[in-house]
Amino acid sequence: MKDLNNLFEKAKPFVEKGGKFHWLYSTYEAFYAFCFVSKNTSKSGTHIHDYIDLKRTMSIVVIALLPALLFGMYNVGYQHFGAAGMLNSTDFFKIFLFGFLKVLPIIVVSYVVGLGIEFLFAQLRGHQVNEGFLVTGLLIPMIMPVNVPLWMVAVATAFSVIFVKEVFGGTGMNVWNPALVARAFLFFAYPAHMSGDSAWISVSGIEKLADGFTGATPLAQAITAETANAPIPVDFWNSFTGLIPGSIGETSTIAILIGALILIFTGIGSWKIMLSTLGGGIVMALIFNIFGGNNTYMTMPFWNQLVIGGFAFGTVFMATDPVSSAQTERGKWIYGFLIGVLAILIRVINPAFPEGMMMAILLMNTFAPLIDYIVVQGNIKRRMKRSKIIA
Amino acid sequence: MSDKESLFSKKNKAILLNPLSKDNPVTVQILGICSALAVTAQLKPAIVMAISVTVVLAFSSVIISLLRNTIPNRIRIIVQLVVIATLVIIVDQLLKAYSYNISKQLSVFVGLIITNCILMGRLEAFALGNKPWQSFLDGIGNGAGYGMILIIIAFFRELFGSGSLFGLRIIPESWYIINGGFYSNNGMMILPPMALIIVGVIIWVQRSKNKDLIEN
Repeated sequence: MKDLNNLFEKAKPFVEKGGKFHWLYSTYEAFYAFCFVSKNTSKSGTHIHDYIDLKRTMSIVVIALLPALLFGMYNVGYQHFGAAGMLNSTDFFKIFLFGFLKVLPIIVVSYVVGLGIEFLFAQLRGHQVNEGFLVTGLLIPMIMPVNVPLWMVAVATAFSVIFVKEVFGGTGMNVWNPALVARAFLFFAYPAHMSGDSAWISVSGIEKLADGFTGATPLAQAITAETANAPIPVDFWNSFTGLIPGSIGETSTIAILIGALILIFTGIGSWKIMLSTLGGGIVMALIFNIFGGNNTYMTMPFWNQLVIGGFAFGTVFMATDPVSSAQTERGKWIYGFLIGVLAILIRVINPAFPEGMMMAILLMNTFAPLIDYIVVQGNIKRRMKRSKIIA
Repeated sequence: MSDKESLFSKKNKAILLNPLSKDNPVTVQILGICSALAVTAQLKPAIVMAISVTVVLAFSSVIISLLRNTIPNRIRIIVQLVVIATLVIIVDQLLKAYSYNISKQLSVFVGLIITNCILMGRLEAFALGNKPWQSFLDGIGNGAGYGMILIIIAFFRELFGSGSLFGLRIIPESWYIINGGFYSNNGMMILPPMALIIVGVIIWVQRSKNKDLIEN
């Protein structure tokens, strides 16, 4: 640790104002703050600094994401060997290793491209480098299909970092969740690689696929079954544990629940948003159950709606993004509830968008400031009324 | 024209050239955005649209400028619309006669030149108060400024959205995933939102080069 500090101290004269590499100061500062703690303090006014700064918040979210990520890696291998019909003859570590090697490049690309752009912008503008991308960079791979080409991940990451974060002023200023925008961008730009039956399971190197292999996700199966008016083949326990095809990190509801507990106990994710999103989803699914008639997708039990697709992942990790969600306490309830309602509504009614959760969260991100505005105005009005009565 | 002013004096040159850069109708005056989104998926229709708008704008400017002292103020908008509509119909008929395919691609957007805010904007702001020659230059300049932006947007949209320019293949077939390559066209480029984002990027680049344009 001391050697490291000495190294930084030695490098300091070069990057300070007037030094040879002064244009690298933001980068220097970022690495210093990453290894130790930032030396920059506020220069005016009174500031109270909480010990839990952005970096620690981000680290905890990353920890909360790990169970879902590790399970996702295992599931990639599980689906691969399942498609080959070799599940019984392959041991656990081989399955995990296969998934690990498939997922790792996507994570690396996402971080390298995203952080590269963040450093570049911070450098150009003379800002500090923020830690905001640590979570986004991990979220992006987790909501990608495993077969997505790496250059597409790079393009989508660049798009979302530039047009969702930097254009609005960097970390903390964005209107939408950057990771979701990256996914939405790919969904509209390269639909062939983001939906359909060939995107979700890595079948490279398999000579003969197992009998009955389709590669469709439960969401896609549900839409197909709905059109054919057949019963929906969703297996609750498989979907709950996550052994189903889907985006890398979103399949396992149980791993996501572990993450949710971490976020709630540390106070980082808003339990109000999680609970109200869940409530919204259940209410909408129940409404469909009651009024669905013969439509099989609409009459699917609500607990099945909650475990398939990205509903759980979106509820826990996307809707609770502290920047793009509603900020007022009452606003959080409204915001979350509408996400749940819209997610189920879009998913069931519109077959063109099997993943309603992405659309629902992006839409409510857009409306979050409006919700806050209404809540704040309502408060002001109520207090004005009260003060008049006393006067 | 009592004071002798040469046709391309400094002032007149500014009228002609300013709309290309610091007074651009699309990126600075923010006019004519809707058609910039609608017709720019490919280069050819974008260029035809640019020429059509320029022609209509130039001639309607001249006509309005000639009439400017006789138009009663209260009905000036209607008079402007009649002039624009007449010219638009002429352009539309010409397109239908001589390049039917492009006319079909542009569909209603030729007719909608009537409602293009650049036209009304320039007639109101310039032609009503200036002499015919200046108005003509202003019309040409603004039409060209609009066309320039259209062509830039269409260039990127056609190149990345369809892999071609003017319908000619630029990105080789063998690069595509279907043919064993790695590339696919960006479907988002075909959709109007991407045109809006490209306009945004042009505005961004322009303003970071010319700091005077940045609003407070």
